Amino acid sequence: MSAELFVTQSQVTPILVQNLTRRFGAFTAVDDVSFSVQAGEVFGWLGPNGAGKTTTIRMLLGLIKPSSGSAFVSGFNSATQTKLVHAHVGYMSQQFTLYNDLTAMQNIRFYGGVHGLSSDELRQRISEIIQMAGLVGRENTLTGSLSGGWKQRLALGCAIVHHPKVVFLDEPTAGVDPISRRQFWELIYQMAKDGVTVLVTTHYMDEAELCQRVGFISAGRLVALDSVSQLKLTQMRGQVLEINVSDPEKAVRILKAAQQSHQVPLDEVALYGAQIHAVVPDAQEYNDAIQRLLTQDNIRVNSIEWIAPTLEDVFISSVKARVDAN
Amino acid sequence: MNQFAISATNLVKEFKANKHVVTAINGLSLQVAPGETYGLIGPDGAGKTTTTRVILGLLSRTSGESSVLGFDSMNDMYEIRKRVGYIAQQFSLPPPLTVMENMLFFAGIHSVSSEQQKKRIPELLAFAGLSEFMNRLAGKLSGGMKKKLALACSLIHEPQVVMLDEPTLGVDPVSRREFWNLLGNLRAERGLTIFVCTHYMDEAERCTRVGLMYEGKLIVDDSPANIKRIIPGHVLEFMPSDFAAARKLCNEMDGVLEVQTYGDKLHVFVGDVAKRKPQIEAALASQGITHDNLREIEVRMEEAFISLIRRQKESVEQDGMLTQKSEMSGEI
Repeated sequence: MSAELFVTQSQVTPILVQNLTRRFGAFTAVDDVSFSVQAGEVFGWLGPNGAGKTTTIRMLLGLIKPSSGSAFVSGFNSATQTKLVHAHVGYMSQQFTLYNDLTAMQNIRFYGGVHGLSSDELRQRISEIIQMAGLVGRENTLTGSLSGGWKQRLALGCAIVHHPKVVFLDEPTAGVDPISRRQFWELIYQMAKDGVTVLVTTHYMDEAELCQRVGFISAGRLVALDSVSQLKLTQMRGQVLEINVSDPEKAVRILKAAQQSHQVPLDEVALYGAQIHAVVPDAQEYNDAIQRLLTQDNIRVNSIEWIAPTLEDVFISSVKARVDAN
Repeated sequence: MNQFAISATNLVKEFKANKHVVTAINGLSLQVAPGETYGLIGPDGAGKTTTTRVILGLLSRTSGESSVLGFDSMNDMYEIRKRVGYIAQQFSLPPPLTVMENMLFFAGIHSVSSEQQKKRIPELLAFAGLSEFMNRLAGKLSGGMKKKLALACSLIHEPQVVMLDEPTLGVDPVSRREFWNLLGNLRAERGLTIFVCTHYMDEAERCTRVGLMYEGKLIVDDSPANIKRIIPGHVLEFMPSDFAAARKLCNEMDGVLEVQTYGDKLHVFVGDVAKRKPQIEAALASQGITHDNLREIEVRMEEAFISLIRRQKESVEQDGMLTQKSEMSGEI
């Protein structure tokens, strides 16, 4: 890519990461990672603990410098134009960093002050954010006595008090109930509709399914980058069988023994409530073998169904593939 | 003595705070049979943690009954402690101790003989995949490994029941899967009774039975498959060009039972797919709203959870409105 083209592209691309690498001594936390996120996109940045997720975000925010490669946010170089980056991004972490002994409104006012909003702007933003977070009537409630869902929406409001065009959400929904999580995702998409670019990390793959595109990072390397539906088609090694039997506890013991003796090539076998999930290289090929194995031990097989993998199945498969490759 | 591993009958727990009485558990009854994996779910503040603590005898109950393995929560607390493993929501392992020292510490608390320690500790470390990390400080373990160590420690006295309060909070998907696979092994190989509170509906799907708690009461208590079946109707999913307008339109349509948001998509619950799908498509078209393929999706625990809680809230509100109306008009 020529230098000229590079500059033009970085000006229009809200998040641009190019050959980004960060070493800590002999350890490479982020290893030659490249991706970009378009305006108004909701992008999921996923990976196991220690994979390099947060290190990538810290480089994007300019909090640490890359060993090589570069990161741009709203066209500003994160390493050299950090102040400009900070003026243009919103950041919300799982700790929410709200002041519990301030009221909801005082928290917004505080963050507005940090970002240098004028009192007119602040007045308008407070009312907008109170509306958005559904905190009407709770403006003067102490933040510490708000429930998880309210706090979470207030924290988002504080993170975007200065109207950033790019927002980083680092595990924003940890420990929040399903209803509040749905409401939170509605807010994320409201922002996206207004052209805000959102990069979100989460450990919950049912939530990651809500992203328009996701990147998987594992041991510092970007291992997959696509829409959720494409990832399910391309990244899953093997197929998932849902097995319904008379005695699942006994059946899973038999299948585990067969896995260990390599009688059936089971990539994974585990209890799922009253069912068993097993990952096999080919659903049709191994359906009969599993059926025979269980039947000969007097287990009644009610059904064996080939089911679609969840994003969690795909994620675990990708991580395992990366571990195997090392 | 009864046959249940865990039992609660008309359980009530009130907290008194500043002259207010807060009812955290409001007449809850549940029974968990030996060998079951029971998931307690519910919105924030529903009373899940309080229920767990009252059953364990860590909090006193206001009225009703509760027991574990036939031992009364309040009178036989020490009998319960001998037979039950517990991981609290904000559990802490002494960080300056190594993995091995943690195991020894918990073995000491539970008066496990040194002979038994020698046998069980290596077994539990192998089970939790921590054998290689025996000498690592607990404070230096990853989040997932800490949870697995906590589980291993909770099993040191060979309990028949374990009670876990949000055991996977903040853990990555790989570790979470591993943790649940360990629970599955405990169920398959030892017939352990597992009681777990969780906010994650994919975890609820891994339980044999699930109780949905709302405002101190159990409103549903059934297998995940049956819970999904009691949700009326089918779910249609699509992504509209104008989210707010499409949502309003669907909410007002005949035959639409419920509308849930799902990121930038809508989930519309209808009774009759063949009849309602073309009607919804026509209605969207007439308003100039475009959308991707409108498809039927399977109801998951999450859709069921949201639907059940919403209906519970609405019925409470309706009761309130009826009372108000009847008061105003003087009629029933």
